[in-house]
Amino acid sequence: MIFFISLLVFLMLVAAIAASVFRDLISAVIATALVSLAASILFYFLQAPDVAMAEAAIGAALTTAIFIIAIRRTKRYEE
Amino acid sequence: MRRIISILLLVIVAFGISLSLAKIPFGVPKTKVGKHYINEGVKETGAVNIVTSVVVSYRGFDTLGEVTVLFIAAIGLGVVLSASRKKAMREVTPASLVLSTGCRVLFPLILIFGTYIFIHGHLTPGGGFQGGAIIASGFLLIYLGCRERRISRAASNLAESLGGLVFIIIGLLGLVSGGYFLLNFLPKGTANTLFSAGIIPIIYIAIGFKVGSELASIIDNLIEES
Repeated sequence: MIFFISLLVFLMLVAAIAASVFRDLISAVIATALVSLAASILFYFLQAPDVAMAEAAIGAALTTAIFIIAIRRTKRYEE
Repeated sequence: MRRIISILLLVIVAFGISLSLAKIPFGVPKTKVGKHYINEGVKETGAVNIVTSVVVSYRGFDTLGEVTVLFIAAIGLGVVLSASRKKAMREVTPASLVLSTGCRVLFPLILIFGTYIFIHGHLTPGGGFQGGAIIASGFLLIYLGCRERRISRAASNLAESLGGLVFIIIGLLGLVSGGYFLLNFLPKGTANTLFSAGIIPIIYIAIGFKVGSELASIIDNLIEES
């Protein structure tokens, strides 16, 4: 159990660092969605299923979509 | 030089945060009101899900403020984007058969799941905000997969206004009947059944409609205007 949770935290750390490093903004947005997804699983294991649901629906789905729509209107690659 | 300064600043911030975190006794109940909610919440509000009893009953007025913030955000986005409205109807290439059929099959299931989440908000985890977000993600699926379909703006505005109105009217009815806003004036029934907890399910259904239509209209605005 503790192994799985530390794996999730490690995944969140890697994804968060990757989101700030990537030059391709679509990849960065996918990495932030991964952070949200891992956070929602973590919330579930911390016995907060209400927060987990909100995080999964808003953080991983809707925010990602809104970011991608915004990127489609601007530039995809960061200089 | 700038890099050194920023690293120094980060170290100072990390030191301050760790200093304040070390002072917090984790795992120890700190507030008395939390214990009251856990012990008396089911008896006082009739909702088995304690999170719901706090969000809708004990802190119902804060929830009204939260819904209002979301409403203002959606309105602001609509105003900003409608200022630059130019395209009337764009030619959309329809998605492939597999994608559109998959969306058509999944969409009602997602709607039913979101509705279940907010109707059972007082019994199981979840509630109006979560159910509304799930319903909005179903509409997002329709926008991505069945690109020729559109939701009607009038219906979404109607659902949004009705949700807000029901919330405020229920609150005012509580004010009329008992003396304070959002009083739980309906009979609480037996806990752990669907028709229990008085006004809590009604308010969560209103919030579910409101949040779902607001988030769906945000996505609609963004996709239509961009």
